[in-house]
Amino acid sequence: MSNENWFYKKSSIKKLWIGTYVVLALTVIAEIFIKLQPHFKIEALFGFHAWYGFLTCVAMVLFAKVLGFLIKRQDDYYDDE
Amino acid sequence: MMMNSLMHPGFLLILAGLLLPLFKGAARTAIILIMPLVALGFIWTLSFGNHLSFEYLGHELGLLKVDAVSRLFITVFALTVFTGSLYCCKQANSTELAAAFCYAGGAMSVVLAADLITLFIFWEIMAIASTLLIWSSRTTSSQKAGMRYVIIHLLGGVILMAGIAAHVYETGSITFEQFQMDSYASIFILCGFLLNAGAPPLTAWLADAYPESSFSGMVFLSAFTTKTAVYVLLRGFPGTEILIFIGIYMIFYGIIYALLENDMRRILAYSIINQVGFMITGIGIGTDMALNGAAAHAFTHIVYKALLLMSAGSVLFMTGKRKCTDLGGLIHTMPVTAICGIIGALAISSFPLTSGFVSKSMITQSSVDEHILWVWLCLQAASAGVFLHAGIKFPWFVFFQKDSGLRPDDPPWNMQAGMILFAFVCIFLGVFPNVLYTMLPYTINYVPYTAAHTVTQLQLLLFSGLAFFIMLPLMKRTLTISLDFDWFYRVAGIRLFDVLMKMIVALSGLSHVFCEKICSLASRAGQLSLNSSVALYMTLVLLIFTSCLIYLLF
Repeated sequence: MSNENWFYKKSSIKKLWIGTYVVLALTVIAEIFIKLQPHFKIEALFGFHAWYGFLTCVAMVLFAKVLGFLIKRQDDYYDDE
Repeated sequence: MMMNSLMHPGFLLILAGLLLPLFKGAARTAIILIMPLVALGFIWTLSFGNHLSFEYLGHELGLLKVDAVSRLFITVFALTVFTGSLYCCKQANSTELAAAFCYAGGAMSVVLAADLITLFIFWEIMAIASTLLIWSSRTTSSQKAGMRYVIIHLLGGVILMAGIAAHVYETGSITFEQFQMDSYASIFILCGFLLNAGAPPLTAWLADAYPESSFSGMVFLSAFTTKTAVYVLLRGFPGTEILIFIGIYMIFYGIIYALLENDMRRILAYSIINQVGFMITGIGIGTDMALNGAAAHAFTHIVYKALLLMSAGSVLFMTGKRKCTDLGGLIHTMPVTAICGIIGALAISSFPLTSGFVSKSMITQSSVDEHILWVWLCLQAASAGVFLHAGIKFPWFVFFQKDSGLRPDDPPWNMQAGMILFAFVCIFLGVFPNVLYTMLPYTINYVPYTAAHTVTQLQLLLFSGLAFFIMLPLMKRTLTISLDFDWFYRVAGIRLFDVLMKMIVALSGLSHVFCEKICSLASRAGQLSLNSSVALYMTLVLLIFTSCLIYLLF
C-alpha cells in the first residue's frame, strides 16, 4: 500500500511537477537542435507549438466555463419527462 | 452468384445475428468470435470490382462492390466486431449481441453498396438494429433515449430517401458515385449523410443515446453509424467546401461539451463528434492526402475509441458508476483497465508512436499543402484540445484524481483480452504506419516521423497538458448536464404542444368532450414513458394541422 500513498504525498507531487517542467523545457530546447520546416510565417516563431497549444487550451477551458453558466443544468433536469 | 452472395461479409454477420438467439454458451461464443474473422477473410479474398448484382425494377443493384476504401472500412469493422465480441462474450445478453451483429452487418453492407437503393435499405437496417442495441440494455433511460434516437434517425432516413428519389428522377441513375452540388437532390442526400455523422444542428442524439446503452453496447455503437457516414461522405462528397466548416464546428463542439461534461461515457461520446469532425474537415479539403487522412483516421479512431469505451465499460461494469464525481483513484485496483485506457487516451491525442499520430497528421498536412492557414490553426488548436478533453480528462478523473473509496478489481479475463488486443493495435499502427498506409486508397508519399513533426507535436500536447493541470481548479466536476439542441424537442416541444392544443380548441371551436379525449390519449401515451418523443411527434402533426387550419380560416 506504500505505492498507493506515493502518488498523493505532497513531496512526490512536487517532484512530479519538477519533472514535468524539465520535460516541457526539453521539448522547447530541442527546437534549437533540429531543423524545423515552417510552412506558415507564424510557425517560424520560437516555440510556436508550445505557446500556441498552451494558450488555445486556456482559451477553450475559459470559453467552456463561460458557456457553462448559460447551458449547465442539474443532472436531473430531464428526469421528470 | 450464389457463391458470391455467400461471400458477402455484411450478409454473413446479419445472418449470424439473426440466428444468434438460438444458441447458448460455448456455441454462441464460437459464432460471435469466428464470424467476424470469416468476414475479414472474405473481404481480403475478393478482388476489386462488383461481385454481386441483379436487376430490380429496371435498375441494376450492386451489393458487393470492393475497392481500397471499402476494404479498409470492412477490415476495421470486422476487427471491431471481433474484439467487441471477445470483450463481452460471456457478459452480454443475446439480444444485444444479435442487434450488434445485424448493426455491424448493415454497416458493412452500406460500405459495399454500389447503388443508392441498396445503400438506403441497409442504412435503415442500421438505424433499427442500433436502436435495438440501445434498448437491449433494458433500463428506463435507455428506452427513452433509444426512442429519441430512432426518431432522429428515421427523420434522417426520410431526408436521405427524398434526396435519393429526386436524384434518380433527375439523372435516371442509381449508381452511388460523387455527387455534383448543383441540385436540391444532392443537398438532401448530403444532409441525410451528415445527420448520421453527428453534424450540427442535430448533434445531440449521439451523446444522448450512446451512453445509455449497456457497458459493452457503446463499444459497438461508437464504431458504425458515424464512420459509415464518413465513408459515404468520402465517396459522395469529397472536396465539398462546406464540409470544412461543418467539420471544424464539430471539432470544437466536441471539445467544449466534453470539457463541461461529468459523465465519463458522455465525455467519450462528445469526443466521437470531435474526431469525426477531423475526418469531415479532411473530406472537405478533398485532396488525395486529405482523403487518405480521413480514411486512415476513421480506421485508427474506431480502434482507439473502442479501446477507450472498453476501458470505461469495464469501470462501469465493475463499479456501476459513470460520473467523474463518483470515480477516481481506480488505477491501484484496476491496473490493466487503466493502462489500456491510457494507451487509448494517448492514441486519441495523437502522441508519437500511437496510431492517432500517423493518421491525423495527414489531415493537418493537407491543410498545409493547400495553404489554408485558418484551417491549420484550428486543427492544431483542436489537436491540443483533444488531449485536454479526452486524452487527460478521461484517465485523470477516472483513474487518478482522488481516492473515491472504490476498490474494484480488473474485469474478467475476456474483457481484459479485448482491451489488450486493441491497445496493441494502437501501438502497432503507431510504430509501423506503413501497414495502414498500404491499405489507403491513394498512393502518396507521407513520412510521419520527422524530427520536426515529432518535436512540434510533443510541444503542442505537453503544453496542453500543462494548461489542464494549471486550470484544474476551473474544471472541478459538478453534478450537471449541458443543454443542447435536444432541449427543443425534449422541453420546448412539450410546451409548444400545450399551446397548440389550446389554439386548436380556440380556433376550431371543438367541443370540450373532444378535447378531453385527446388529452386522455396524450396522458396514456405518457404512461408508455415515451413522453417527450410522443410529444415531439404530436407537436409536428399538430403544427401541420394548425397551419392548415389557419390557412383555411383566413
